[in-house]
Amino acid sequence: MRRSMLFMPGNNAGMLLNADFLCADSIILDLEDAVSTAEKDAARILVRNAVRTLEYSRSEVIVRINPLDSPFFESDINEIVQVAPSMLMLPKVSCAEDVIIYDEYVSKAEKKCGMEKGSVKFIPLIETALGVENAYKICSAHERVTAVLLGAEDLSADLGCKRTKGGAEIAYSRGRIVCAAKAAKVACYDTPFTDVNDDEGLKVDAQVAKSLGFTGKAAISPRHVAAINEVFSPTMQEIEYAAEVLRTIKKAKEEGLGVVSLRGKMIDAPIVARAQQVIEAAKELGVDIDE
Amino acid sequence: MKLVKSAVAGTLESNDVFVEIEPAENIDIEIESIVFAQFGDDIRTSVEDVLNEMGVKGAKVALNDHGALDCVIRARLETAVLRASEV
Repeated sequence: MRRSMLFMPGNNAGMLLNADFLCADSIILDLEDAVSTAEKDAARILVRNAVRTLEYSRSEVIVRINPLDSPFFESDINEIVQVAPSMLMLPKVSCAEDVIIYDEYVSKAEKKCGMEKGSVKFIPLIETALGVENAYKICSAHERVTAVLLGAEDLSADLGCKRTKGGAEIAYSRGRIVCAAKAAKVACYDTPFTDVNDDEGLKVDAQVAKSLGFTGKAAISPRHVAAINEVFSPTMQEIEYAAEVLRTIKKAKEEGLGVVSLRGKMIDAPIVARAQQVIEAAKELGVDIDE
Repeated sequence: MKLVKSAVAGTLESNDVFVEIEPAENIDIEIESIVFAQFGDDIRTSVEDVLNEMGVKGAKVALNDHGALDCVIRARLETAVLRASEV
């Protein structure tokens, strides 16, 4: 389960050391924006050694590499693929062809270090207007793509609009990316909330993302992790209702009933599917469920 | 690998190490560390390992360590060697 995905600067030794203790479901070790041009080489080697050596047992490890239009991405791939992170985050992906190019380099790196082809998965970062319009093609470009992340800061710049807390400027992009990801059957995650000190704003922003269909959200501060985890976890009320739905359906099947209702509302296939998702999420979180 | 110039890598922040390296006839390692009493020998061994793995025969290396883990020390030294060997 990926509710929270926390960005960590790749050239900060102390933060790499502490990353596994910040309660994020995923940590994104960043070689791109959080690292100055002069330190790209140092960050790449440090992240490689950290992923190879440190035991990240609480958080999944994702590494954000540099974009295709930079002179760094190939070296990033060659150093990082060999330590097999859960995923590579691909920045500024604007079309399916970008994914295919990354795949060619990653396939070569996998072969060089004796890894099975396709073992490293991709999470493209959609943060351009073209990327938003090509969202479905990106999501379905290659089997390595298992998730996508919306990057609203660069996107707002590309759209020529101001980034606001209300997020009206990214409403279309959020909706389009969720729809594209669901259609392609990959996971989708929402952009970070960038005001580190606005706890209430973060919560509202995360709730909006959840209501649209995102299943998690990135964060740029460890302070945001707990609130994001809370918003994207099912509540006890949701879990109890979902369990009741599944019990009712089971009983109806045993009794040979075609149509059933619960609390005055007919239970149809979408309600059952939603209930199953809630129960699966609850089980992942270790909640004891009365089935 | 032959060093052709001086180079540095790392920082003086906690959990990191600042490495200075320059070309020399032989291997000369100087270590300053807040945990020297406990880990000085281990740090020296790691430095020797990295230099050996990278084929460095002559270098003067100075480390200012602020509690870096072994993987960090090795990363910073590798970076410094690569920077010092660039033409």
